[in-house]
Amino acid sequence: MSELSARFYLNWPGFTLDVDLQLPDRGVTALFGHSGSGKTSLLRCIAGLERPAHGRLVFRGQIWQDETQWLPTHRRPLGYVFQEASLFPHLSVLGNLQYGQRRSATAGRIGLEQAIELLGIGPLLTRRPDSLSGGERQRVGIARALAVGPKILLMDEPLAALDLKRKQEILPYLERLRDELAIPILYVSHAPDEVARLADHLVAMEQGRVIAAGPLGPTLARLDLPIRLGEDAGVVLEAQIGAIEAEWQLARVDFAGGSLWSRNHDIPVGRRVRVRVLARDVSLSLGDPGQSSIQNCLNGVVEAIGADDHPGLQLVRVRVGASCVIARITRRSAAQLQLGIGTPVHVQIKSVALME
Amino acid sequence: MFLTEADLEAIWLTIRLAGLTTLILFVLGPPAAWWLARTRSRWKGPVGAVVALPLVLPPSVLGFYLLLAMGPNGPVGQLTQASGLGMLPFTFWGLVVASVFYSYPFMVQPLQNAFEAIGDRPLEVAATLRASPLDTFFSVVLPLARPGFLSAGILTFAHTVGEFGVVLMIGGNIPGATRVASVQIYDHVEALEYADAHRLAGVMLAFSFIVLLGLYTWNPQRKKVA
Repeated sequence: MSELSARFYLNWPGFTLDVDLQLPDRGVTALFGHSGSGKTSLLRCIAGLERPAHGRLVFRGQIWQDETQWLPTHRRPLGYVFQEASLFPHLSVLGNLQYGQRRSATAGRIGLEQAIELLGIGPLLTRRPDSLSGGERQRVGIARALAVGPKILLMDEPLAALDLKRKQEILPYLERLRDELAIPILYVSHAPDEVARLADHLVAMEQGRVIAAGPLGPTLARLDLPIRLGEDAGVVLEAQIGAIEAEWQLARVDFAGGSLWSRNHDIPVGRRVRVRVLARDVSLSLGDPGQSSIQNCLNGVVEAIGADDHPGLQLVRVRVGASCVIARITRRSAAQLQLGIGTPVHVQIKSVALME
Repeated sequence: MFLTEADLEAIWLTIRLAGLTTLILFVLGPPAAWWLARTRSRWKGPVGAVVALPLVLPPSVLGFYLLLAMGPNGPVGQLTQASGLGMLPFTFWGLVVASVFYSYPFMVQPLQNAFEAIGDRPLEVAATLRASPLDTFFSVVLPLARPGFLSAGILTFAHTVGEFGVVLMIGGNIPGATRVASVQIYDHVEALEYADAHRLAGVMLAFSFIVLLGLYTWNPQRKKVA
């Protein structure tokens, strides 16, 4: 499973990167953290754009770096997407796409045509980069990285330089990449919503170190991590659209542990979706809450209680069937309800976010 | 005839000298400019200063040292004699060598600025697209630095045309070999041939103005990496 093994020690004035990671061979691994956490530096080390004094990097048995060996970036079978598309201004869109494809021995694997089709940039091929919109440029940048036929795709905050509208324009393409490409993707981001939507695996970083790494769901459900996520603390549930109530414009989402109602987004029944439940939207009660405007009420058992970053708040992880959710409640509520490990509770969820 | 036979010969010699110097510097300039633009070595300062010396040095000083170096007892002179090339001073090739030194900063500095303006990112992008550093230089750096090459070439050519002090020190005043336009004007004035001096000086003035006009009005919008 672990196909990329990376160990780096990099010491710059005011910043130290010290990581030892095993990354999976499949799916999207999000390198998540605030700016300055070292996630981009880590990605650049993996790409060979930075050369840390001490490091060992092995990809599928091939040594990219150790104490005596160094494989320069242009010999590593990777694709790299920069935060700004960084297209070559002296080449057309097609020229940009072909630049890497012509120099790569493995270009046949995904191929230029598929990259063009996957990113929907067929109509742009003869244009010059300076005539493209930001979103179009970034799609070309992603296609250019794919056209070399990479065995691993590294993406450095590909959406960060775009406004919300452009982001919404590109996200579906990124989901297609995740679902249709059989190569691992390392995705650097500081945006929890992107991570919740795209990632299968999460590596959380802080001050040059890895503070948590693992599959997305269980890692997000760790109580020591939400502290660092602040308002974005919450879990992501793998689910499926179970039913649609057209009269109320609601969709029922079934997950391992129960069902939730969400606004109907016209996603067909049976489709797999992700449901993001933020800790601040979850409340707990001991008895049946009775009549309430809140539609989503589940039964669960308190599994863990942890501190939050504010001394007046606590984080409570509640097991619901095979899944769990996190609730952010006041410390006083926890005391008044006498919550402890094993306490059965009713879980009320005010809102959920559906992600296809 | 507007210009005399000797004037035309001097102009033709000047063009040959400036053209050859520019061609040679198109080969010798880029490596130094690239190194100066990219290096983090502590030698960057000293090397940059040496390259820029001809900008501030009186041409006679530069010419004096070059004359010594190329003379029978100088290191360059010994080398050229030993290799059967003979002596360089008072020959056309001696002027070419001197001009290459004299005009070096006019080639290197615009190129260095153009290379610095490109920045790291296009080079990193090229590396992730499988281009080796040499490949990157030819396929990315050269096209992006084209405006820099153009202005470096024009400046080098024009500056070599305006050379006078170094020519007198190295080349003297041999018709057809070292008597360039600026020296020819000097000769006219010395001989009190003011009308001839006027005509040739007018040609030089017009040439210089046109070159500079072209350089300042043709202002290429330097494209950044999108």
